[in-house]
Amino acid sequence: MTVVRIKLNGVPQQHDVEDRTLLIHYIRENARLTGAHIGCDTSNCGACTVLLNGKAVKSCTVLAVQAQDEEVTTVEGLSGDFNGLSPVQEGFRQQHGLQCGYCTPGMVMASTALLRENPDPNEDDIRHALEGNICRCTGYEMIVNSVRWAAENGGGK
Amino acid sequence: MSLVGAKVLRKEDPSLLTGRGKFVDDLSPTNTAFAQFVMSDQAHANIISIDVSETIKMPGVLGVWTAADFISFPNLPGGMTDFERPVLAHDRVRWAGEPVAIVVAENRYQAADAVPTVLVEYETLDAVTTVEQATAPNAPMLFETRNSNVLTKVPMLDDLEKHFTKSHDRASLRIVNQRCAVVPIETVGCLADWTLDGLTIWATTQAPHHLRNKLASWLDTPQNLCRVIAPDVGGGFGAKIVWYPEFFVAPLLSKWLRRPVKFMQTRSEAMVQMTHGRDQVHEIEVGFEKNGKINALRMVISQNLGAYGDPTGLGLATLTGWMAAGCYKIPHVSTGFRTVVTNTTPVAAYRGAGRPEATFSIERIIDLVALKTNLDPVKVRQINFIQPNEFPYETHNEAVVYDSGDFPQALDECLRLLDYDAAKAQQAKNLADKNAPLIGIGFSCWLEIAGFGPNGSLEGFGHLASWESAQIRIAPDGSATIFIGSSPHGQGHETFVAQIASDELGIPFDRISVIHGDTATVLQGIGTMGSRGVPTVGSAVKVASERLMVRAKKIAAHLLEAAEQDIEVKDNAFNVRGTPGKKVSWSDVGLTSFQPLRLPPELQAGTLEERLFHESPNFSYPSGAYACVVELNRKTGKVKIQKMVVVDDCGTVINPLLAEGQVHGGVAQGIAQALYEQVSYDTSTGQPITANLIDYLIPSAPDLPNYIAGRITTLCPNNPLGAKGIGESGAVGSPPAVVNAVVNALSSFGVEHIDMPVTSEKVWHAMNGRK
Amino acid sequence: MIPALFTHVPVTTVKEASDALLHYGDDAKLLAGGHSLLPLMKLRLATPAVLIDIARISDLRGIREDKNKLVVGALTTHEQIENSTLISKYAPLIGAAAKLVGDPQVRNRGTIGGSVAHGDAASDLSVALFAANASFVATGPKGVRVIPAVDFFLGFWTTALNQDDVLTEIHIPFAQSPNWSYQKFTSRSQDWAVVSVAVSGSNIILGAMGEIPLRAAKCEEAIASGADLEQASNFADEGTSPSSDTRASADYRRHLAKVLVFDALTEAKQRP
Repeated sequence: MTVVRIKLNGVPQQHDVEDRTLLIHYIRENARLTGAHIGCDTSNCGACTVLLNGKAVKSCTVLAVQAQDEEVTTVEGLSGDFNGLSPVQEGFRQQHGLQCGYCTPGMVMASTALLRENPDPNEDDIRHALEGNICRCTGYEMIVNSVRWAAENGGGK
Repeated sequence: MSLVGAKVLRKEDPSLLTGRGKFVDDLSPTNTAFAQFVMSDQAHANIISIDVSETIKMPGVLGVWTAADFISFPNLPGGMTDFERPVLAHDRVRWAGEPVAIVVAENRYQAADAVPTVLVEYETLDAVTTVEQATAPNAPMLFETRNSNVLTKVPMLDDLEKHFTKSHDRASLRIVNQRCAVVPIETVGCLADWTLDGLTIWATTQAPHHLRNKLASWLDTPQNLCRVIAPDVGGGFGAKIVWYPEFFVAPLLSKWLRRPVKFMQTRSEAMVQMTHGRDQVHEIEVGFEKNGKINALRMVISQNLGAYGDPTGLGLATLTGWMAAGCYKIPHVSTGFRTVVTNTTPVAAYRGAGRPEATFSIERIIDLVALKTNLDPVKVRQINFIQPNEFPYETHNEAVVYDSGDFPQALDECLRLLDYDAAKAQQAKNLADKNAPLIGIGFSCWLEIAGFGPNGSLEGFGHLASWESAQIRIAPDGSATIFIGSSPHGQGHETFVAQIASDELGIPFDRISVIHGDTATVLQGIGTMGSRGVPTVGSAVKVASERLMVRAKKIAAHLLEAAEQDIEVKDNAFNVRGTPGKKVSWSDVGLTSFQPLRLPPELQAGTLEERLFHESPNFSYPSGAYACVVELNRKTGKVKIQKMVVVDDCGTVINPLLAEGQVHGGVAQGIAQALYEQVSYDTSTGQPITANLIDYLIPSAPDLPNYIAGRITTLCPNNPLGAKGIGESGAVGSPPAVVNAVVNALSSFGVEHIDMPVTSEKVWHAMNGRK
Repeated sequence: MIPALFTHVPVTTVKEASDALLHYGDDAKLLAGGHSLLPLMKLRLATPAVLIDIARISDLRGIREDKNKLVVGALTTHEQIENSTLISKYAPLIGAAAKLVGDPQVRNRGTIGGSVAHGDAASDLSVALFAANASFVATGPKGVRVIPAVDFFLGFWTTALNQDDVLTEIHIPFAQSPNWSYQKFTSRSQDWAVVSVAVSGSNIILGAMGEIPLRAAKCEEAIASGADLEQASNFADEGTSPSSDTRASADYRRHLAKVLVFDALTEAKQRP
């Protein structure tokens, strides 16, 4: 057991957890933020994607204890000028980049990370940046359109 | 401005985008315990003993249950006599992954530690994984009360031999439509809370009311004490129609433990426990003339059901047989089928449910006829099409009457978007240049049976029938809430329902809420499957709105002292035609509807509520024409899709954004089946070898192309919206376009067919003349 | 999905890591980015009782020039390598391989040290580093060893690192030849290599064609004796033992090796 302190969306969290606790479970069950989701157990689907010190990571493949004293951003930590939505979130809304919504928080975080590093990605850049995120509903084209919309309307804020 | 037909952004999105969705695993009331199945690691075995002596000592374990604990309960509902599935395997396991025991612990970490300590002793039996193995002489029987693994068999009535011999030529093809795993990104799970007030269960289900009815009966509890809620559901595609054992045992565990109990599959569990799709083999014979006209088509279908006959799995081969002739006017069509159990995961509906299988085969046959007659596959389609003036068209099966369509127009539009001549020119150019990839062009002209459906045809299909319900309630402030019996798992019901209602009621889109998925608030529903959302529930909403408007206008007329027939509604208010300025708002009318003294004498308080169960007289038949251009790497055989053109006819489109999204998603799954996916088993042990997302290949963004989408519209005559539905179209129409393109690219090698998934290795073999 | 119980032991120096390895013995494994180890632990294919977390040893990060080689700290992530100007200047083959590892999230966490220490024959970096004549620096209880790539990969998931070694640095000699290429064939974009080939100068190394990255010795000899690229690449599968699995048969892998060697040699030759 270790007391793990993580700054989660700017708010300090502290929970005494088993060392083997995955970051995704720390976020969902200890911090009770259920936006990040679990879709697989082999690090393929990316539904659990969050930002760890600003970098997109699969939180199912990170131990909570590895994020000791670090900063984690989840989808609940995004906000912006579009009725509270960030440009990426609004882009997904404008371009129908989500259907069931289950892969969406992971897609949004991976897309946000992309735009923070590359504010003007082309289609190929976007598809490769999202190669670690699986969606079964959209066929991906509308997700690409969503990210382009965000790139043109404020980027990865 | 009409909202029907407009690209209205979705109501559902803000909540989902901000991580505020409520999927089953997001719900954790205080004191929730976690349940996990112990799965069989044998494909076919007798259970000799189950030793839980170590398990009950593991930290946090609240209990371990086996089949013995459920002996007084029935088998899971909907199965066939002698082939029913128990909630937990009794004395025999029939597939690797079948639940054998349940461990409940304080949390999922402790459950994960405890499950491996359950020691099951098995007596291994021979396993069969294919229909061929299961029907071979001396095959092991899965159910010893029967001495066959064939569950159902409907032989062909006529083998049509005389028609084949009379034809100019004949050809045959054996087609494998391979087993696929459905893989919605959310797995299956439930949260059951059975208190002394009754049971509430949140479940990942496409059909909450059906589940409630079955559950109440199985638990021997009245339905009023049994509430099923489908919260946000992360994709279903047919696999979440199924009555999974966790839905039945979780309530009992909650009752016995006196706390909420949750199940949530890991992906590895889901890969073997969620039902699979497809897995049909077709033996097809076709007789045709020199000009490509098809005289006769014979198709025998073998359906691998997996270990137990799931209610939706049992119906798949029937649907395939119904749609065997596709868009074509074939004078003589004969189909037959058999459904067979094997030691594999049970098979059930998966996006298209029997129709992708039919479409794949007829579209491959058309291309084979084109090859044999040396005609352009476009011409062969055109010469065989049912013409637009031949609807309603009675098929070889009396249950199936195609309602409307214009196949020639769809194909023309597809050819235009494709630029067929340019594609053929590039194909020729690349063929001559050995450093350029080989180009192939493939078509798929398809229709499918949707909008499930009319009562008469679907009695035998349990939950695929029939009506759908909508109830509209106007609040005192004139805003509306609509309760619908069909609940979504990504299709956007809240949005398209509000669009339809807004147009009819004149109430703004944002003042209409849609509630679904809860048996306590929606009287009864069938669910979402079979591309029925818009045709059935959309129609129910439209008609209910129209009926409610009659009374709303009566109230407005009364308040305005005008004639009913002069009342029109616009912008949230009722006006008098010809008298500008004279109006009452919807708020006025809403408030009045609860004030008896202000109402016209024939109406009572609470009058602005309307519930309707809409029944369709027929299925609907979406159709389309798809084209695929592929590039084959001459050295590796790798297939790349250069162009994917998809022209759909879904009748009236409520929301073009949603409709196109459904097509994209369906096409993505179709391409994935065509090129990537395959559930594989070790054929000697029955062990699954693609049971995780490393080995089971679901493509991600760089692996799929863009889609060039087009539309034609022929109205559906069978519902007030004229809508046919579109949810499954993409998955039905796309696989043959892709495979036809590959075969076309390989035509210089004399290749006549290639089975899915068309991996680069298969193409390499084909280019090198091997199998 | 859930790893078995273990104790997490964070360390901040290489000495602490070595001492911990000595102390816990076979019960312990090192944890860096965790993207080789944690997936195995989640499936309970690996159940170490102790994880010695070296991720915060700051000495093990960073890339620097040292005379005619680059010194890359073992904890350098694939993403850092992908974006490093030193790598793109002096060892572009390595940057090209790093760019193709998994997906962006994996590249943000996975480390060069973790990847090579895992000993997987399909590891993009292992194959590329072998072709680049890299050496691996291990610190053990008896001191520091520099192990050339040719002696590093021993067998399936087995390297020359001992249980009590900490891999601290990777030395990459500045590329002597401008001719390099990395070719990777996958089923899907995010996948491990079905077959891969790294060419650097006269070195031709194959990935996923056996238990370890393999030198395509016959190809190298053929090139040296003046064969053309097509002739030379036909020898690609000599001395290899590829497996058959759901992605590809051994036969197809043999064929892919030839194709990729040809493509790699062609691309390498075209560099100015």
